[in-house]
Amino acid sequence: MRKIALIAASALALAACGGGSADDPEAGSGDSLSGEITVFAAASLTESFGNLGKAFEAENPGTTVTLSFGPSSGLAEQINSGAPADVFASASTKNMDQVVESGSAADPVTFANNTMEIAVPADNPAKITSLEDLAKKDVKVVLCAEDVPCGVSAREVFKNAGIDVTPVSNEVDVKSTLSKITLGEADAGLVYVTDVKSAGEEVSGVEIPADVNASTAYPIATLEESKNADLAKAFVDYVLSDAGAAELETAGFAKP
Amino acid sequence: MSARRDTEPDTRVPWPLAVPAVLAVLFLLLPLSGLLLRTPWTELPQLLAEPAALQALRLSLITATAATALSLFLGVPLAWVLARSRRPGISLLRAFVTLPLVLPPVVGGVALLMAFGRRGIFGQYIYEYTGFSLPFTVWAVIIAETFVAMPFLVVTVEGALRSADRGLEEAAATLGSGPFATFRRVTLPLIWPSLIAGSVLTWARALGEFGATATFAGSFPGTTQTMPIYIYETMQSEPDAAIALSLVLLVVSVTVLALLRDRWLNSGTRL
Repeated sequence: MRKIALIAASALALAACGGGSADDPEAGSGDSLSGEITVFAAASLTESFGNLGKAFEAENPGTTVTLSFGPSSGLAEQINSGAPADVFASASTKNMDQVVESGSAADPVTFANNTMEIAVPADNPAKITSLEDLAKKDVKVVLCAEDVPCGVSAREVFKNAGIDVTPVSNEVDVKSTLSKITLGEADAGLVYVTDVKSAGEEVSGVEIPADVNASTAYPIATLEESKNADLAKAFVDYVLSDAGAAELETAGFAKP
Repeated sequence: MSARRDTEPDTRVPWPLAVPAVLAVLFLLLPLSGLLLRTPWTELPQLLAEPAALQALRLSLITATAATALSLFLGVPLAWVLARSRRPGISLLRAFVTLPLVLPPVVGGVALLMAFGRRGIFGQYIYEYTGFSLPFTVWAVIIAETFVAMPFLVVTVEGALRSADRGLEEAAATLGSGPFATFRRVTLPLIWPSLIAGSVLTWARALGEFGATATFAGSFPGTTQTMPIYIYETMQSEPDAAIALSLVLLVVSVTVLALLRDRWLNSGTRL
């Protein structure tokens, strides 16, 4: 908890520093912003967007940012079924495209990139040191489900490395994959580098060689059905601002 | 008015009750009609013949049946103890063992992980001595379903035991029948209808189990991915397939209800 508070505080400090810079468009229009928005964001953005939401609210008193995290594929489906959201931040261009194609959003902008890492419980019970170890028969590997961005990337990594891994479970999103490792129920899992970082001391990461690693782009867009389009736009601008970039970098995301 | 027999109560429904009652009916039935209207009827056979869907259905039928069998084996003796024992603390015990009736299933899943997971308070010893860990296995699915569904059986059977005719049991005892023989030959036949009703209810609850299973057992095709989990995951990529499979579970539920209605009516008139 203290760690999260520290990150939030540093994000606030950074936000305050970036307040006057030229590419911080909402800085001057803070007084006109009010009301609330709902942001649908990929599960892997839980910590970073949690902090960004708080920092945004602090910078714009009178505004409320409600965050809803889940698998990007599921969120895209909910938006296309008419879920009342104002902003969508996806962990893959594919799921953003589904929303754009249905006319629910337009002109998404990529704000971050993420790559995969092997997560193992802190004591590494199966002694995992490389990607190849995951193909061993008695190693319990958990992955994200095949339709979820982190599941797509994980399978891409195995394909690139030419190894065959049969997981014991396909989890609904990256955070439930990670929790099976934090609890020590699984020996290893493929999650984003940012998730290994956010899990702190409970898990350790085993790096995946860059030549076989898969990366995913994170696009963000305001949604057409938004009832508070100004605030939605301001939040997207904030994510794209220097302050937003700094927070995402702290969380371990790569620049787009 | 005078034509009506004085024994017949007034059956007219006053409007302050009629209006909310109609709303309640609409509220409960509209979503189901929505499901029926959105069902892709022409593609239905091919969506249901999907190997992954059949695999999930097969797993669900097997695990729900196994969970019901386990519930009968453990739950009927428990119901007997709750109904017959006069020891102090029985009502407290009853409260605890029927807790899963009201407990959110996902909490049940977390609790099962804490107890029987590889790092769980009991699970760690099982793992240490046998190298076996429950999560991600079909056994975990059966345990999760039993945890959530068994209380339905216990409550139903206990109710029947309480209202069963003790005179017959006493008569058997005076004729020299031992307690277990009496239970088997006299008590069980007496509560037979409730035993069936409880089993069907337990089976249906186990078949629909999602939260505890997903948390404790995970999801892998053929091993732990039951119908509800498959529907949830399919909804994100192929809503039509999810709707088709939901329809299957709806048909199963309606069938269960029809079966139970008969049983309950029969047992109601008999007792």
